[in-house]
Amino acid sequence: MTTDVIEQESHDDHHDDHKMKGIKRWLYTTNHKDIGTLYLWFAFIMLLTGGALAMVIRAELFQPGLQIVEPDFFNQLTTVHGLIMVFGAIMPAFTGFANWMIPMMIGAPDMALPRMNNWSFWILPFAFGILLSTFFMESGAPNFGWTFYAPLSTTYSNGSTAFFVFAVHIMGISSIMGAINIVVTIMNMRAPGMTYMKMPLFVWTFFITAYLLIAVMPVLAGVVTMLLTDTYFGTSFFDAAGGGDPVLFQHLFWFFGHPEVYIMILPAFGIVSTIIPAFARKKLFGYSSMVYATASIALLSFLVWAHHMFTTGMPLFGELFFMYCTMLIAVPTGVKVFNWVATMWRGSMSFETPMLFSIAFVILFTIGGFSGLMLALTPVDFQYHDTYFVVAHFHYVLVTGSLFSIYAGAYFWLPKWTGHMYNESLAKWHFWCSLISVNLLFFPMHFLGLAGMPRRIPDYALQFADFNKWVSIGGFAFGLSQLIFLAVVIKCIRGGEKAAAKPWDGAEGLEWTVASPAPYHTFSTPPKID
Amino acid sequence: MTTKEYESYYVPSQSHWPIVGAVALFLIAIGAGNYVSTLKSGEGGIGGYILLAGVCLVIYMLYGWFSNVINESMAGKYSHQMDNSFRQGMSWFIFSEVMFFAAFFGALFYARTLSVPWLGGADNNAMTGAVLWPEFVASWPLLVTPDGTETTQMGWYGLPLINTILLLTSSITAHLAHSALEKDNRKMLKIWLGFTILLGVVFLFLQVVEYMHGYSEEMKLYLTSGIYGSTFYLLTGFHGMHVTLGTIMLIVVFLRVLKGHFTPTNAFAFEATSWYWHFVDVVWVILFVFVYIV
Repeated sequence: MTTDVIEQESHDDHHDDHKMKGIKRWLYTTNHKDIGTLYLWFAFIMLLTGGALAMVIRAELFQPGLQIVEPDFFNQLTTVHGLIMVFGAIMPAFTGFANWMIPMMIGAPDMALPRMNNWSFWILPFAFGILLSTFFMESGAPNFGWTFYAPLSTTYSNGSTAFFVFAVHIMGISSIMGAINIVVTIMNMRAPGMTYMKMPLFVWTFFITAYLLIAVMPVLAGVVTMLLTDTYFGTSFFDAAGGGDPVLFQHLFWFFGHPEVYIMILPAFGIVSTIIPAFARKKLFGYSSMVYATASIALLSFLVWAHHMFTTGMPLFGELFFMYCTMLIAVPTGVKVFNWVATMWRGSMSFETPMLFSIAFVILFTIGGFSGLMLALTPVDFQYHDTYFVVAHFHYVLVTGSLFSIYAGAYFWLPKWTGHMYNESLAKWHFWCSLISVNLLFFPMHFLGLAGMPRRIPDYALQFADFNKWVSIGGFAFGLSQLIFLAVVIKCIRGGEKAAAKPWDGAEGLEWTVASPAPYHTFSTPPKID
Repeated sequence: MTTKEYESYYVPSQSHWPIVGAVALFLIAIGAGNYVSTLKSGEGGIGGYILLAGVCLVIYMLYGWFSNVINESMAGKYSHQMDNSFRQGMSWFIFSEVMFFAAFFGALFYARTLSVPWLGGADNNAMTGAVLWPEFVASWPLLVTPDGTETTQMGWYGLPLINTILLLTSSITAHLAHSALEKDNRKMLKIWLGFTILLGVVFLFLQVVEYMHGYSEEMKLYLTSGIYGSTFYLLTGFHGMHVTLGTIMLIVVFLRVLKGHFTPTNAFAFEATSWYWHFVDVVWVILFVFVYIV
């Protein structure tokens, strides 16, 4: 038996030698760190791509009237911007964090199913290649909004719809496989002694998120399939003339779509809950309540989908049910915000860039949460529905929420990933430029929406002109600020002050027990957890 | 031994199969996208060939990938923990399949209990019926759609009932095969597994006969026959595709049994296939009740 173990260990060492050089390393890799890196770079490239589309949108909206693009192309821009940011930037970025950090945090040698892990990643560039290629097709890209409501996406859709459907199918396959891998890794690969309630909260949030993905991505696959058969094979799922209902589309889509928005925010909670204790130099306040709050948010997310559909003429009972369930979500979310603030209370705080982004997250995400609470109220939603107020709401939770947490996490773990400290002053420039510009970009949208400016429209009434000008200026500034991040990351990879194994004195977790940069293989024998 | 010995978790070295799989899915997606688009526009295209190439590449990838995994398993590289990873992975994959079917059942229930009655003026929708389609009478199955397309109902007795019996029997034979494997009775294992495959193939054959019947001039039950035809063909069609996949999995397992693979304690692929088969069976029972009978 003992010799067996020695043999196996020497085998583990042995396969370091197999690490290929050049492009093959990245194409064939089964290493969770390589795959995490691939996910993160892919997400950043997609962020810049989706951001470029947003720049054109904001340029068109800089002043009233049609200046730069045709209305149809404007619709293509908003559609693909949304799809890329949701499926191409935020979700892959979080999967990148999951890949890099979960095995190190739970003391596992790698993800549970390493080859499948590679497959999950490499589907994505192809899926988004197809999606972006539709811009060069005769009919143009999808133009029905990222929510692709029927009948816009069926009866009135353009010639690229089939490509959109199959691109969504394969990115769904990628997400489901990625999620199964995360679930199995966490259930099966924890170091001996690491019980569920000893897992870092980061791991918990990704665990719950992965369950949400496995539950709802297949529903998305189902709904795009119905859309495909309605458009090309004459079925009547979303066609009242055949006994179906366009509103059925919205029910199915949002049954996927609402858990989806938590898929994009729960991991952010995990990242922020890791960073705030590190820089407040206190343990996370209320760990178990954080776990239960995350689980309750996930469960409730299946009971709130129709709050996106208050104006579709649902029965009154439905409107009330979904309104109250939605308001209920504010309770566990409130628990979380309270716990973050309580963690900082009387902490010995310092304000490095990860902490700055995390504090900004807590404040700005809460603003997005409050506007969400306003939208949850059925009667007033009739005024807000499909206005810029909604655009402001979800950009506060997705940009200053999810994206800020991704930046916070990236700065926090860059020393572990690269072995170098990033340039703190350049990073602070990134933070302050982003913070100011993002609020200039999204805060006035609340007022535009309340005053009645509709979303997804390339032109607008004159009274909205001043605010839109400032919003566009904020947009361009925010877009440019992200190039600072690119500069910080490249500088950090190429060199800089050597990072210690644990560069943040308040940080906790197994990932800080290994060297920086983390060795190619960590924990081929699991560490001991007390 | 006083302490539990740590078993090393096998982390495979580089593999080219995932990227082959990604290229295959890419070919399938653009091939299918192109093919489906030309259906509508009527122009010929090469989409069908790209799709076919993608499917062939997927089969090649699965063959190569699974060969690797089987060889590693036979070489004794897998620990008990690895086996657990496979089991949990398969369970959650089946759960995702459940949710896929849930979407289509959701559409069925929505149409039956909400959208069709509403079109007929139920609840506060009196004006919908009166203004849009005054002639329309709500019923399920919806044999005359609001725009006047007519069709007939597929009865539950006859082929569907026979198919139900076939599939339920096949679940039992699959279980008997599993018991035989646990007792290491290779002969009975082969017999029961063979029966299971046969029942699956007959089921698929009868399903094709039923579709041909549905598409006949006599029944006029088409995909285009309104929400009844849509839900009928999509639900039974996706179920049929899953039975096809399950049958292929059973055949692969059967060939492996002939080669002498699987032992009572090491038979993950066999068990996963049998779980999948039971899952397909359960979906059929629900489908039989809500699509055919009720």
